[in-house]
Amino acid sequence: MIQDVLFGLVSIVVGIAASYGVYWGLDQLVNRLPERLQKKLRAWAYLLPAATLLVLVLFVPLIMTFVYSFMNSSGKKWVGFENYVDLFTDPTFFSVLLNNFLWIAFVPALTVASGLFVATLTNQVGPIREKVFKSLIFMPMSISFVSAATIWGFLYANVPPGRPEIGLLNALIKVFGGDPQPWMLISDFRLNSFLLMIIIIWLQTGFSMVLISAAIKGVPEETIEAARVDGAGNFQLFWKIVLPQIWGTVMSVFVTVVIGVMKIFDIVLAMTGGTFDTSVLGFQFYQEYFLNANVGKASAIVAVLTVLIVPLMIIQVVTFRRQEALR
Amino acid sequence: MNKALARIRDFKIGTTLVLLLLVAIWSIPTIGLLITAFRDRTAADTSGWWEAIASPMTQEWTLDAFAKVLSVDDMFGSFVNTLVVTIPATVLPLLIASFAAYAFTFLEFKGREIYFATIVALMVIPLQAALVPVVRGLRFIKETTGLSLMGNFAGAWLVHSAFALPLAIYILRNYMMTLPVALIEAARIDGASWYQIFWRLVMPMSVPAVASFAIFQFLWVWNDYLIAFIFVDSKPVMTYRLLRLLGQYGDGWQNVAAGSFISLLVPIIVFFALQRYFVRGLTAGSVK
Repeated sequence: MIQDVLFGLVSIVVGIAASYGVYWGLDQLVNRLPERLQKKLRAWAYLLPAATLLVLVLFVPLIMTFVYSFMNSSGKKWVGFENYVDLFTDPTFFSVLLNNFLWIAFVPALTVASGLFVATLTNQVGPIREKVFKSLIFMPMSISFVSAATIWGFLYANVPPGRPEIGLLNALIKVFGGDPQPWMLISDFRLNSFLLMIIIIWLQTGFSMVLISAAIKGVPEETIEAARVDGAGNFQLFWKIVLPQIWGTVMSVFVTVVIGVMKIFDIVLAMTGGTFDTSVLGFQFYQEYFLNANVGKASAIVAVLTVLIVPLMIIQVVTFRRQEALR
Repeated sequence: MNKALARIRDFKIGTTLVLLLLVAIWSIPTIGLLITAFRDRTAADTSGWWEAIASPMTQEWTLDAFAKVLSVDDMFGSFVNTLVVTIPATVLPLLIASFAAYAFTFLEFKGREIYFATIVALMVIPLQAALVPVVRGLRFIKETTGLSLMGNFAGAWLVHSAFALPLAIYILRNYMMTLPVALIEAARIDGASWYQIFWRLVMPMSVPAVASFAIFQFLWVWNDYLIAFIFVDSKPVMTYRLLRLLGQYGDGWQNVAAGSFISLLVPIIVFFALQRYFVRGLTAGSVK
C-alpha cells in the first residue's frame, strides 16, 4: 500500500520534472544559435513537443486507421473493401447506425432545450437560489459515465417477480398499478436506448444551462426594454428578442453535444454491454477490437465514424475563421 | 400594502417551485446511490432505498460496504492509481499546450494560421479513431527497443496529453490573444528572454484559462475508462474497478454504490471548490 503511494508520488514528480526539463533544454539549445536562426526557430522549439505528440499520437494514427480498415483481422494482409462490405451487408450494423442516428437526433436537441429551460428559470430568481439550483443541476457534470451507470442502474433495476422492488422506476409503476418491466431489455421502439439517452441528458444539461444562462445575461437590457415598450409579452420577448441574440451560443452548445454523442461508448458498455439492440459505433469498435481482436473491422468502424464527423469538423473550422475575422 | 404585494411577486414563488421540483428530480438518482452505500446487504436486497429514508431509525446503517470495496476489491489501490494517472495527465498537457499557445500568440512563424486551423479541426477527432495504431505503435516500440509504454502510467499520460492538446491549445491561445501585447514588448525591450516572459508574465496572467482547463481535464481523466483500460491495465483505475463491481452485483448493490461513492468524492469536491473558475472558463472559451 505504502509502496504504491510512494511509487505513484515518484512517478508524478519524475514525469512532470522531465517534461519541464525538455522545455528548458529546448530553450537553452535555441539560445546557443546565431541571432538570426534564433528568431526563426524559437517558435518551433516551443511548438516541438506539442507538434510531436499531435503528429505521432493523433495525426499519423488517424491515417493508419484508414489504412488498417483495408486489412485483415491481424492487420497484416490487404483485403480490399472486405471489411466495409461485411459491415454494410450486416443488418446488425444498420441497427447500430440507427442507434447513432437516434442519439444524434434526440440528445443534443433535448440537452439544449432543457438547458435553455433551466437557464431561463434560474435567471429569474434571486442570486442565492440561482446559485444553489444551478450547482445542483450542474453537479452530474463531474460524474463519470461508469458512475452514472451505477446510479441509473438502481433507478432502472428490475427484480424477479415476487421479490420486493428495489428499482425506483418499477416501484413507481407499481404504485400506479402497472407491471414492473425489465427496462434495459426492451428494444421495442428502442425504448432501452432512449432510457440510456436520458442519462446523458441528465449529465449534460448543466453544461448547456451554464453557457446559455451566461449568454442570456449578455443580452443588452435596452433591446428587452424596447420590446416591452412596444407591448411584447414574455413569450414574444423570448422568441423574438432573446433567442435570436443567444443563437450563436445555442448552436455552439448543440455542436459540442453532437460531437460528444457521436463517440458515446462508456454508458452503453456499463449499462447493457451493447445487448438488446443498444449498441452504437463507439461500442461496436470496442467489441471488435478488444473482444474479437479484429483490427481490420474495428478500424473500418471508426473510419465510418470519422467520416460522419467530417461535416462537424468543417463547421468548427468555418466558425473559427469567422470569429478570427471579427477579432 | 402594494409594496408587500410587489415583494411577493418579485420572490417568484411559482418559478421557485418549478425549479425545486426540477432539482429534486435531478438529485434523486444520486441520493439513491448515497443512501444505498450505507445500507447492509439484506436491506439493500430486500427493500428500496426510499424505504430507508422513510424509517431511518429502524434501518441499520453500516460502513461494511466501504470496508469491503476498499480492502477486498482494493478500491484504495485504485484510488492511488487514478491519482497517479490524473495529476500528470492534467499538468503535462497544460504545460505543453501553454508553450504551443504562447508560440501561436506571440511568436511569428510561417504557416501559423494554417497550423492553428488544423488544430481546430483536430479537436473534433474521436479518440477511438487513433487508438488501434497507437497501441500497435507502442507494442512495436517495445519489441524493437525494449522501452515499454504499455501497462504503465507513462503510456496513459502520453495519450491523454496528446488528445487534450487541441482543445487546450485552442482555449489558451484564445485567452492569450486578449493579453496586452504592449506589456510583452516592454518586457522584451527591458531585455527579458522569451522564456522568462513565458514564466513570469504570460503564465501568471493566463491563470483563469489555465485553471478552467485544468479542472476540465482533471474531471475528464479522472472519469475516463477507455484509455486507462487500454494503457494501464496492470494498475487498474477506479472506473475499471467499478465496472467490474457492476458486473458482480450478485454480491449486492451496496458494494457498487460504495465504490461509486468513493470514485465520486474527489470530482465532486474539485467541482464545488472550483466551480467558479470552471464556469468562467467554459463561458470564456466557447461564447464569442
